[in-house]
Amino acid sequence: MSELHHMGLTELAAGLRARRFSSVELAEVFLGRIEASQPALNAFISVTREQALADAAAADRILAAGTGGALTGVPIAHKDLFCTQGVRTTCGSRMLGNFVSPYDATVVAKLKAAGAVMLGKTNMDEFAMGSSNETSFFGPVKNPWDPRLVPGGSSGGSAAAVAARLVPGATATDTGGSIRQPAALCGITGLKPTYGRVSRYGMVAFASSLDQGGTLTASAADAALMLREMAGFDPKDSTSVEREVPDYVAALGAPLEGLKIGLLREFFDKGLEPANEQRIREALKVYESLGARLTEVSLPNLPLSVPVYYVVAPAECSSNLARFDGVRYGHRCENPRDLMDLYRRSRGEGFGAEVKRRVMTGTYVLSAGYYDAYYLKAQRVRQLISADFTRAFESVDVVMGPTTPTPAFALGAKTSDPITMYLNDIYTIGANLAGLPGVSVPCGFVGELPVGLQIVGPHFSEARLLNAAHAYQGATDWHTRIPRGFA
Amino acid sequence: MSGWETVIGLEIHAQLATRSKIFSGSATAYGAPPNAQASLVDLGYPGVLPVLNGAAVRMAVKLGLAIGATIAPVSIFARKNYFYPDLPKGYQISQYELPIVARGSLDIVLDDGTVKRVGITRAHLEEDAGKSLHEGLPGMTGVDLNRAGTPLVEIVSEPELRSAKEAVAYMKKMHTLVRYLEICDGNMQEGSFRCDANVSVRKSGATKFGTRAEIKNLNSFRFIERAINYEVARQIELLEGGGTVVQETRLYDPDKGETRSMRSKEEANDYRYFPDPDLLPVVLDAAFIESVRATLPELPDQKAARLGSQYGLSAYDAGVLTASRELADYYEAVVRAAPADAKLAANWVMGELCAALNKESLEVGAARVGPAALGGLMRKISDQTVSGNVAKIVFASMWSSGASAETVIEQQGLRQITDSGEIERLIDEVMAANPKQLAEYRSGKDKLFGFFVGQVMKATGGKANPAQLNELLKKKLSG
Repeated sequence: MSELHHMGLTELAAGLRARRFSSVELAEVFLGRIEASQPALNAFISVTREQALADAAAADRILAAGTGGALTGVPIAHKDLFCTQGVRTTCGSRMLGNFVSPYDATVVAKLKAAGAVMLGKTNMDEFAMGSSNETSFFGPVKNPWDPRLVPGGSSGGSAAAVAARLVPGATATDTGGSIRQPAALCGITGLKPTYGRVSRYGMVAFASSLDQGGTLTASAADAALMLREMAGFDPKDSTSVEREVPDYVAALGAPLEGLKIGLLREFFDKGLEPANEQRIREALKVYESLGARLTEVSLPNLPLSVPVYYVVAPAECSSNLARFDGVRYGHRCENPRDLMDLYRRSRGEGFGAEVKRRVMTGTYVLSAGYYDAYYLKAQRVRQLISADFTRAFESVDVVMGPTTPTPAFALGAKTSDPITMYLNDIYTIGANLAGLPGVSVPCGFVGELPVGLQIVGPHFSEARLLNAAHAYQGATDWHTRIPRGFA
Repeated sequence: MSGWETVIGLEIHAQLATRSKIFSGSATAYGAPPNAQASLVDLGYPGVLPVLNGAAVRMAVKLGLAIGATIAPVSIFARKNYFYPDLPKGYQISQYELPIVARGSLDIVLDDGTVKRVGITRAHLEEDAGKSLHEGLPGMTGVDLNRAGTPLVEIVSEPELRSAKEAVAYMKKMHTLVRYLEICDGNMQEGSFRCDANVSVRKSGATKFGTRAEIKNLNSFRFIERAINYEVARQIELLEGGGTVVQETRLYDPDKGETRSMRSKEEANDYRYFPDPDLLPVVLDAAFIESVRATLPELPDQKAARLGSQYGLSAYDAGVLTASRELADYYEAVVRAAPADAKLAANWVMGELCAALNKESLEVGAARVGPAALGGLMRKISDQTVSGNVAKIVFASMWSSGASAETVIEQQGLRQITDSGEIERLIDEVMAANPKQLAEYRSGKDKLFGFFVGQVMKATGGKANPAQLNELLKKKLSG
């Protein structure tokens, strides 16, 4: 038997059911790893040791009775923007540094119902705004492959935690690439489902029309298991879709013979590092060897996705973050003189620079006289990008390309220039704008740093994406690599 | 004020009578302890999402159909962004570019009896805000979010009202309509039905509108009339003195009877409306709209027209009786109990009944004389058991005792005297007792006829049949 932390979600769930080890044993192992890694990685904002051990003990009793669910006793972590009843939910912000949620997010409740045991809440860019995890009020997360580098963001804590095997799986959210980009930079599997597949209820909103909860796991098979338990219509979220959740696990293993893969011409542009491109081309060869056929497709409006995103997302965030006003919960300044002072100082002190930048940008693009030129135009271009994808999926089953233009970059390298930072999401934003599912799978290394292959499919094609990723992972072992020091 | 024309448009806010809020499951009942009816959604907690209450949509559609408006096949909720402590999310969910109801109208009757059709630009759904409380909290402000999220329909009229009176007539008519439709309880004191008035003046004959002021939150018909009249006078005085009207929001102070500035256009919020990404567009198909149409009751104008033709009532009487559905129902129940006396019943319902109700501030439903009992009294009048005047005594007694007309008349001996021998005998007595008056009358002082009627009536305790008495008296007096 290999070491417990080398096992993925699927294997751990099976081992627990077979009573090869206990949930308490697992919790102890992973909690120990989390606590030991904290000074080096800072992947967690809260570690809920006591509750986790109590929940694990309860899971063991259920397992003993043989009445467990799909994930009974399996340890996981939640990105710290999923509300967890009785546990602090900070969103990586001073604003919510003291906020204890009175309720569970639907995703949290569903995973709880499936039996998963939460070990803690992972670090993240403040309010999910960032691509490097450097905007967190609780300090940056370090990349387990090289602690001088960023893990990506905004789900950097979840990604680093899974990469360093501090937990076998973690929830995450993806608004412009916040699952796929850190998955790529940390060498793990990151799945962003179709918009509406997973309930947003209890997920603190950044940009409501783009936000989608998903998974960070070692393998596609683990993602399939986790998504199956998380997904589904939620009457509390009007934008969740009333559509049956397929058994993603059972759908794995279908042959790829004849799968039509579209190579996104726009993704292989001059911004892509040649070494990264090489890894992607090699991955595509593996797909060819598995029976898939490659053709080139073009999404002519895709290059506009970054500017469109940086109008739409800030616009929505400027409104979504208005509720953090120091009146009912969250940070409140000392001794406000009057109402305006209360607002100004509570928000001024509570929010970090990147959040303020986006709130300002969003307020601007929605203002009278600018709305048509920015917000409305961006929404129109968004439609065009969506239409590009729809057209592409008439001739191919999935599209593939790089997840990021470069491997992980150094901490501090891009913090002074927001635009360079924003461009790191250039390949991931399109799927958010069109509401499409996407997955990033590890496909090799540049030096010692992992590279991610991105697969995007039509709406509700998660089973197809996961199957394609799973087939690749059957033919390669990139997803099993663990950073030195965490093996 | 001659030489000036007043232009008024009203934005009426009607609270929809749904059991739960528009985007959460919290109750909407009035008067609960502060924040007892505020859920996590109403409090704007992190991560919560709105879910549209279908009952509010049905009610808005019902209103739209009743004012002959277009029901939008697709309407959109938008966020109206501004900061205020009683607005937990920092935005109000409303409708902006695509409201659920557009282009309707409502007919009002003017003083001279002519009917004026008032255009309604739109009606949209939105959530109400909470309330800031200052009483009992020195130096602090409390926030009560019980009302936050209560469904409202905002009904925006065209600027077609030309006087405070017209504005009140329109507001009253809309008040009647929403209660007929049972979509709003119409309780103005509790703020369930209130309006903002946009008021401007222009030189008679001018085609361009003057600059308007918006008077916020008027919650009584009297305040609307007074506030508009004050505002019109203020604007005319300003213009005639060479000044200009500033576009601004004003508040009416009922204690001082004046409006005063709240904020000017320069300070006005830029609400940064945009479609709410948390809510899907509201898509209504023809089948849904027809299913709502099938629930429409007989509307006030239809009912008034029917009452007019069915019972031979004047347009005025029919209008008064149909001002509320309950009053009209009461009236028709009286007529069912006394089918031959519809016109008489109308006078009694509008007269004695309404007076008695007003005196005790009762709703029609709480009347101490039910429609069947009042119908019984109508029959006693028409079969001449009692005269109209005695019937008022009978009614008062019925009101206080709850007894039937029959019982009251019998127990108090109020039956009308129709025996002409008896009446003649009484006339003879009165003539004998008043020789001086009799002589004067006979010498041409016709006015004294009333004196004799009064004397005989007094002798009978008002019970003599008035027509019979007149006839016999005339004969006897003329000798």
